[in-house]
Amino acid sequence: MAEGKLQLAMYWAASCGGCDVAVLDVNEKILDIAAAADIRLWPIAMDFKYRDVEGWSDGEIDVCLFNGAVRNSEQAYLARLLRRKSKVMVAFGACASFGGIPGLANLHDRESIFQAVYGYTASTHNPEGTRPQTRLEVPEGTLTLPDFFDHVFALHQVVPVEYFVPGCPPTPKTIMTAIEAIVTGNLPPPGSVVGASTQSVCEECQREKSEKPVVAEYHRPQEILVDLKRCLLEQGLTCMGSSTRGGCGALCPAVHMPCRGCYGPMPRSLDMGADALAAMTTILDASDEETARQKTDRLADPLGTFYRFTLPVSMLRRAPKGSAAHS
Amino acid sequence: MADRFEPRIAVLCCNWCTYAGADLAGTSRMKYAPNVRLVRVMCSGRVDPAFVLRAFQDGADGVLIAGCHPGDCHYINGNHKTMRRFPVLKRMLRQWGIEEGRIRLEWISASEGDVFVKVVNEMTETVRALGPLDWRARTAQEVPDTTHHTAG
Amino acid sequence: MARIGVFVCHCGTNIAGVVDVARVAEAARGWPDVVFATDYKFMCSDPGQALVKDTIVRENLDRVVVAACSPRMHEPTFRKACAMAGLNPFLFEMANIREHCSWVHEDQEEATRKAIDLTRAAVAKARLLEPLQSRTVPVTQKVLVVGGGVAGIQAALDMANAGLKVVMVERRQSIGGRMAQLDKTFPTLDCSACILTPKMVQVAQHPNITLHTYSEVEQVTGYVGNFTVSIRRKARFVREDVCTACGVCIEKCPKKVDSEFEEGLGKRKAIYRDFPQAVPGRPVIDRDHCTYFQNGKCRICEKFCEPGAIFWDDQDQVVEEKVGAIVVATGYDLLETDRLRPWGYGRYPDVVTGIEFERINNATGPTAGRIVCKDGREPRAVAILHCIGSRDRNHRHYCSRVCCMYALKFAHLIREKTKATVYNFYIDMRAFGKGYEEFYDRLLHEGVKFIRGKAACVTDEAMTPEEQGRLVVVAEATTLGEVIRVPVDMVILASAITPQRDAPEVARRFGMGLSPDQFFLEKHPKLEPFGTATDGVFLAGACQGPKDIPDTVAHAAAAASTAMSLVFRGIVEVEAQTAEVDADACSGCRICQDVCPYGAISFLADRKVAEVNGGLCKGCGTCVATCPSGAIRGKGFTDAQVLSQIDALFA
Repeated sequence: MAEGKLQLAMYWAASCGGCDVAVLDVNEKILDIAAAADIRLWPIAMDFKYRDVEGWSDGEIDVCLFNGAVRNSEQAYLARLLRRKSKVMVAFGACASFGGIPGLANLHDRESIFQAVYGYTASTHNPEGTRPQTRLEVPEGTLTLPDFFDHVFALHQVVPVEYFVPGCPPTPKTIMTAIEAIVTGNLPPPGSVVGASTQSVCEECQREKSEKPVVAEYHRPQEILVDLKRCLLEQGLTCMGSSTRGGCGALCPAVHMPCRGCYGPMPRSLDMGADALAAMTTILDASDEETARQKTDRLADPLGTFYRFTLPVSMLRRAPKGSAAHS
Repeated sequence: MADRFEPRIAVLCCNWCTYAGADLAGTSRMKYAPNVRLVRVMCSGRVDPAFVLRAFQDGADGVLIAGCHPGDCHYINGNHKTMRRFPVLKRMLRQWGIEEGRIRLEWISASEGDVFVKVVNEMTETVRALGPLDWRARTAQEVPDTTHHTAG
Repeated sequence: MARIGVFVCHCGTNIAGVVDVARVAEAARGWPDVVFATDYKFMCSDPGQALVKDTIVRENLDRVVVAACSPRMHEPTFRKACAMAGLNPFLFEMANIREHCSWVHEDQEEATRKAIDLTRAAVAKARLLEPLQSRTVPVTQKVLVVGGGVAGIQAALDMANAGLKVVMVERRQSIGGRMAQLDKTFPTLDCSACILTPKMVQVAQHPNITLHTYSEVEQVTGYVGNFTVSIRRKARFVREDVCTACGVCIEKCPKKVDSEFEEGLGKRKAIYRDFPQAVPGRPVIDRDHCTYFQNGKCRICEKFCEPGAIFWDDQDQVVEEKVGAIVVATGYDLLETDRLRPWGYGRYPDVVTGIEFERINNATGPTAGRIVCKDGREPRAVAILHCIGSRDRNHRHYCSRVCCMYALKFAHLIREKTKATVYNFYIDMRAFGKGYEEFYDRLLHEGVKFIRGKAACVTDEAMTPEEQGRLVVVAEATTLGEVIRVPVDMVILASAITPQRDAPEVARRFGMGLSPDQFFLEKHPKLEPFGTATDGVFLAGACQGPKDIPDTVAHAAAAASTAMSLVFRGIVEVEAQTAEVDADACSGCRICQDVCPYGAISFLADRKVAEVNGGLCKGCGTCVATCPSGAIRGKGFTDAQVLSQIDALFA
């Protein structure tokens, strides 16, 4: 680190704002951060101008915490800009790390999304079929909107990234672990996930696991009275915990909600969806094809369930443009 | 002569039943479409869904998973596990935009060389009719150039 | 950086006739890490193997790929060659360019391209192979024989005489099986019971054989060298250590039941032995028909039993045995009788099956050996119908092998005992064995009438006065080109030999496969008809396919010999390509635990990780595919290795 305070930038791309709020969730520890760092960029909290960022020298920023996926030209531009201006780029949160929930849009493309949003949703009234334009001349000058991409990218698919802090959002503990590592310079090799475990959520989960877990039927959480002690997967809920990186403290299972996989894939994962599919179906109680089909038909949306946060980093990456996908 | 589309089909099959069945088709000198490439595993239960995804990602137009008939698995019930995974895998692939005809699960025993031939030929024609999947080309995405972007 | 050697086999013209093997080798030379590539006429030959060994040493190869026939054929051959040259045998991979390529494709360009693809995939996997060690476990010095027919008896005696401990389990009250039901055997016309019963007695008296009759194997667990079998001894209500087999109870028992041994043509008692020379001679009580079990009355057997061997509180007993090998000799059944209706079975009393006729002809059978119709008169003419249900797409496609010969035997015996005219209706005369053709020739001179034409049906509807009151066999006499009607008084159906009705269930119990016709599947139809896909489980006799007695005995001796060789070796190699849990990566989710069919995965509660027992693991890889953390590695078939093959084939 440079002498003096850490030069810190935080930016939000295709994001819900939750990761920025999560930083605030560290509560009093925020004062430690403020003490250790100069926050040079943080759109949610401070005003700034892009031309200020452009004015920084390359590498002036020590660490950039970039949250949100990249799905339009402004976000791609800022990712590239901040990459130049920062020594260390951190993909902060599930969206930057894996594409996150916005990543599910990779089953569609720009045209089909616009058709829905500006066309046929129940609450859209747009009889002229007006679509957003990227340039509009007005008396005062030119107004621009970013290009909307066909594809959602995780941050490392746009620029090289040194570290990944997973979670939707990352928990305060994960955030502080990451920040401490950054501040003290005690970082693992570049490309690593920081602030999370190398084992799955099951390792931290306190729920009781049977010796031989078997799923009798699949259920959605509202369909059953959840046993408060037993493993959720064994009760037929689509808990992604066994194929999800731990480090969150198994927060969701602790309050009887199945893990959704927001800390992303395990270190050795080939494809998170394949991992989850194999784990959840292999232990189904079915010894003939008809039963297997009937019972698994209750899994309403395998793709959305298994790749909720990780579609852009999966093996297949996206549905072909214009294909009859996801129906 | 017009170039007919020749599908490329991966066969992920078990050593004891289907691989032996394919061997039997060979020793019996049965002829079948040359579009398939076999990858041997010991049991169909070893077939990780990621293998199927990888085959499509690499460029296969179709994938056949094949193993012992239920009840006859050399490892007792490895094929039951395949049986449980498959319906979900098939539906998930459908959600990705990969048509049902491109993924198939068959039980082919060591004495069913003729069934192996029939399935391979059938699947070759089914996938031929569906056309090339061409996954890489159809899903390739470059991050567009943003050098024109201006500071606000 | 690996040093890979690639050897492409011509296999004479088997491969080279279709695949341009030189081109495959040429392509291989261009691949990363391939330091040597060649083609050769016969890789599996001595010089071929020497080529591999010499090249390993000379070129300092650390991986070998052979593109040739199926690994199921020669993987062990080349593994051994590698080992002899000092290379770990698991650093070897084969590409199947014969059974899966040159033998099944005609277009030479396509076949060559495919051969190159398959070889490239083998090279890709070879790059990632790791050295593995085979382990050995001791073999239990005991063998289980399932089935007490002549096949089981032969196998058991061979092994027991060699000093091995044998456990024999037979479902019926007595051993002897089908051969005990037969009267005379072809072509020698030996009395079946005379040649069989001494062997049966030997089995009962042999110090190395433990015999459980009226018992069944319920469960088999474990693996080659180390099986555990559960044997259910059915309750028999007769104390084995007390009963003297005097037979008074049988005499006095008032309850008569259709006898299975007599094929329903005669009766036995509720307390019974299968036949007079039954081994063991101690009877059993059939609780489904015994009056005492029905309504609490009778107990006459108990009254007359001097030693007091009857005891009503008997229960089924489950006995556990540990054995090193299993010989399955469960025999055969015959075609379902409802399929025999076109030929009059079940419609006319004097239409009988071959096995029923054996009982009729036998001196101890229901007619005391007299060949008579159901009404007691001697038949003036008998028709013997070959191929009933065999060689028939409507029933069984295959030939049942033994029927032509026993049909000839019957013809001879009928001519010997009666004055009846005998007609054999046949399609082809299958007299293939030693002395068989000579026997047929003899019959041709004994006045038996041979009609070349399978019987289409049997009817009692007379069309002429001669046919009144008789059975008429209708057939096309193909040598005449005419449909003929032959009036007879008795019809014998040589019905198809079939697997036992519970064959699929039994196959599963012992880990065996089934042929399309549901006989047990042999390991190799030509070279190992007595082995199965499961190591340590062998086949003896007709359960593998129709056989006459000489072939059955030879088959059983082969099974015994192979079982003995396994057991006397004392050790068996266990699978080296097993699964292994990386404890650091394991998250303790326990999803793998129930997935293993062999119970090889246990959970270490203190460290909260799973562990695979390498001795029990058979290397199926199911747990590897299931583990959501990717913490389990399947040696020899790792994710990286399989993916490298997929990439090499399609990317």
